[in-house]
Order: sequence, then structure tokens, then C-alpha cells
Amino acid sequence: MRTVTEERGVIIGLEVHTQLSTASKLFCGCSTDYREDEPNTHVCPVCLGLPGSLPVINRRAVEYALKVAKALNCRVAEECEFARKNYFYPDLPKGFQITMYDRPIGTQGYVDIEGEDGEKRIGITRIHLEEDPGRLVHAGEGDRPKYTLVDYNRSGIPLLEIVTDPDLRSPKEARRFLNALRTTLEYLGVFEGDREGALRVDANISIEGQNRVEIKNISSYKGVEKALTFEITRQRGMMRRGLGIERETRHFMEARGITTSSRSKEVEHDYRYFPEPDLRPLRVRSWLDRIQLPEMPAARRERFMVQYGVSLTHARTLTGELRLAEFYEKVAHVDALLAATWVADTLLGELNYRDQSITALPPERFEALLRMLKSGAITDRGAVEILRRMLDAAARHEPIETPERIMKSLDLGRDNATDLMAMAAEVVSSNASAVSDYRSGKREALNFLVGQMMKRTRGKADPRELRRVLESILTSG
Amino acid sequence: MISRKDVEHIAELADIGLAPEEVEEFTHQFNLILDYFEILDQLPAEGGWTRTDTEDLNVMREDLVVPSLPQHEAIMNASAREDGFIKAPRVM
Repeated sequence: MRTVTEERGVIIGLEVHTQLSTASKLFCGCSTDYREDEPNTHVCPVCLGLPGSLPVINRRAVEYALKVAKALNCRVAEECEFARKNYFYPDLPKGFQITMYDRPIGTQGYVDIEGEDGEKRIGITRIHLEEDPGRLVHAGEGDRPKYTLVDYNRSGIPLLEIVTDPDLRSPKEARRFLNALRTTLEYLGVFEGDREGALRVDANISIEGQNRVEIKNISSYKGVEKALTFEITRQRGMMRRGLGIERETRHFMEARGITTSSRSKEVEHDYRYFPEPDLRPLRVRSWLDRIQLPEMPAARRERFMVQYGVSLTHARTLTGELRLAEFYEKVAHVDALLAATWVADTLLGELNYRDQSITALPPERFEALLRMLKSGAITDRGAVEILRRMLDAAARHEPIETPERIMKSLDLGRDNATDLMAMAAEVVSSNASAVSDYRSGKREALNFLVGQMMKRTRGKADPRELRRVLESILTSG
Repeated sequence: MISRKDVEHIAELADIGLAPEEVEEFTHQFNLILDYFEILDQLPAEGGWTRTDTEDLNVMREDLVVPSLPQHEAIMNASAREDGFIKAPRVM
């Protein structure tokens, strides 16, 4: 069954703005490490747009942009050039943004994603470098703030804008594209995805034959899917009521999960672009030959399947985030398949549930846990409990104890098998009626017996194992 | 040729209010500037400097951090300030 958002006829294109992880800004030496800092403390005459100051291009930002161009299979022109985009708004101290216009870094690239029906190629229209504007805080309450506070710390941070062709057909595809893009950028080492505001998305969306609506202000991956889903429902609702879709710009209100009209009448902006006279053009295509791309996600996925023998699903999950892939490779030597299950399923599930990052857990702690599992020193259940304790400690910024210590302090060690057999025999002999129920075909009586054993082991045994032991006694006796 | 309408349009984009006599004055000044460029256009193109001369292409700096301005200096020119921010009129 198709839901309303998956019907044919939805056309989506994205404009993704990603902050490149250089040490200094795009056109001046101010530090890019501004988060948590006081406003206007990472600024200088250049990024404040003071008269007489001149921009100088950061070489690493250009290298990073070319790296992305290469990884996204873009064409790079012989020459590219910065331009001025003129508009009046307090987030731009100069009255214009230095960006690229008709001569961007890369054009006509593509990214392969897993689409609604198998692998799908998403075209990249263009990628270009530009400076991030400052940050505005709208002071006062409600829809009509009294005034605006301006912080230029973000002004001049190198941004890479990546524009897709209108090739996406559903919010799910849009999310998958963004995941693939994020992974690629992380593998390239040009982007730190968990920095606040490091990735911002504008989306163009239309239903076939209708006007295009631009949604601005989407600042998270989940937000993209939510905003697009809302917008499709809204547009289809309008059409069902026989109303047309107005061509407009809408804002995504993250907290409420809705888009609202920007109210300002859509004006054809008059940006008056012209070549930036303070910067010389770049002729950097030849740098491409020197750029060595690291192993990219698809290649790593294939290697994981060959080298470690893991399933496609596990390989996909494990390589879906660079740090997760690196973590897995550090612990895989204990037992590649056991490690794959425990990293991709258990650990990742616990991390997502707690909204924690993989960096919370030192790989050597997890490695020790895997060894205990492999040797049979603990049950699956005990291992999950220990894992949770370790992640809890990390969340509280406390030192993480070794799994062995946690096991001892919680008395989570596996009771040895003969003890379990003896205990099972005892439970069977002292619960005759449940046993006869079970033997007469009431399978649920087994649950009662397992429960009795859980009580005796004070919950530290693995119920699946208890079930096995009990069944072996019941069928043999 | 720049018209009064052009000047009014530019003023609107820059969010600047102009009195009618100022529109007149700026229209005149804009046209003077463009006339000057017409003189420059008469220069022969050959042998002169062009934007795509290769010598000083790729002017770049290394990715090195240099100290920024202290906050009070960074915002001292602003006409209004609050808690280290520059205070601007409402824009939403």
C-alpha cells in the first residue's frame, strides 16, 4: 500500500549547506571553533566587513571543496570564480555575500542512493563555496520580536552548497540522500556532522503539474523528512479542495513539525551578482590529480562483507557512519560476526535510545565485553546490562569501569551449566502440576517454570538459555 | 542610462528612504559614473591587464588561525549593543 507521500508525482530537489571543518574562516584567520563562545569574539575587520579590509581565500577550503567535487563525480571547470550576491539584511555585515554564481567549483555530479525501487542515481547540479552569514537572535516574544541581536562569529565560516537535480521522489529518498551525503562528507574528513548548525537544508518541492514551493530553515536530518511529509500532505489537501498551490517560500517550524508561509510576497530577488573584484579567479582543476580519495562508504561496505563475512544489512549499518565503521574494525578481531551483531544491533540501539555518540564508549571496553561473551563468561542479558552501565557512566561524564569489574560488582557472572541443570531439576520436581500441564500440551506452562528459575537466579540468567535447559530435562525425563 | 525608476528600485533593495530631490541627485550621479566607464571602455584591450592573466591567479593563504579582535573592539562602532551582540532593528 502506498501512503499519500509515496504516490507518484512528487518532485523534490535539495540545497544543502554544509560547514567545512577548516581551522580558520574562508577569507580570514578567525577561528571556526566558535560554538559555546561569547558573541562577536571570533571576528576581525574582514568578517565584520569593515571598510578597507580585504579577503584572502583559505587554501584548505578550496582543497576540501575539490575533494567533495571529486567524490561526488562532478565536472570541475578550468577556472572558477567568486561573485558578490547583494542583499540587505543584518546577517551580512558587508551588504553582500561572497559566493559563487556562474562559475562554481563543480557541476553535473551524482550520488547513488538506495531509492524506493532499488539503487538510484541522484544528480548533483552544482557545488560551490560561499561564506556563512552571521547569526541573528530575534529578541522579544511571539511573532513580532522587538529587535534583532547580531553575532558575527559564524560570519565567514566556509560553507559548501550542494544543489541536487529534482530527482528525489519522496521524503524517504530525501533522507536517504542526506544520509549518503553526510557519510561521504565524513569519510572525506571535511565535515563534522554533530556540530550544531553544521548542515542546513532548503528543499524545493512540487506535485507534478503544480507550482513549486521552497521550504527554508530545515536544520536536521529528521527535520527534512518531517518538513517534506507535512508539505506533501498540505499540498495534496489543497488540491483535494480544488485550490491551486501558490508559488511561495515557506519556513519549517522544527518544534511544531509544520511549515508556515513566510508571508512576505515572493519577490524575484534582485541580487545583482557580479564577479568579486577583491578576489582573483581560481584555476585549480589540476589539483584534482593530486587528491587521493579515502576508501568511500560503498567500497568499505563491500570490504566488510568480504573481509569479515558480515551480512549486507550489517555492512550497510556499520559503514553508514565513519566512526562506527572505525569502531567496528577495532573490535572485530575478537569475533567478526559476534562483533557485527553487538555493534550494529545492540550497541547502536542503546546509543540511539540515549541519543549518545559512538565516541562515548572506548573501543577497548567493548572489546573486553565481546571477549567475555565469546568465552561464555556472561550471558547476552548480562552483557546488555553491563553495556548500559558503561553508557550511563559515560553520560554522567564518569570514568567507565571495565566490564569485568561491573560484572563482579553486580554479580552478573553466568552460573555454570551444571548448576543450572541441578536448579532446573529441582524446579521440575517441586512444580509437578506445571510439569504435567506442560506434558499434556500446555506450552505456556514452560513460561511459569522459566519464571521460577529466574527467581532463583535473581534475574541474572538468560531466559532463552533457561528455556533450553528446562526443555532438555522435560523431554528426557 | 540610469532612470529615476532604477534609483528608486536600488534604494528599496538597500532599504534606504530617499526624498524626491535625492532621487534626482543620485540619478545624475549614477549616470556620471557610467559615463566615466564609457571612457574606460575606449581603451584598447590588447596588451592590457585582463582578469584572467595567469600570474596572480590562485592567490590563497594557509589555513592558520590568527587572533580575533576583543569583543569590545569588535562592536565598538555599532550604534547599539546588548550583551556583546550588535543590536539591530527588528527584521522579522
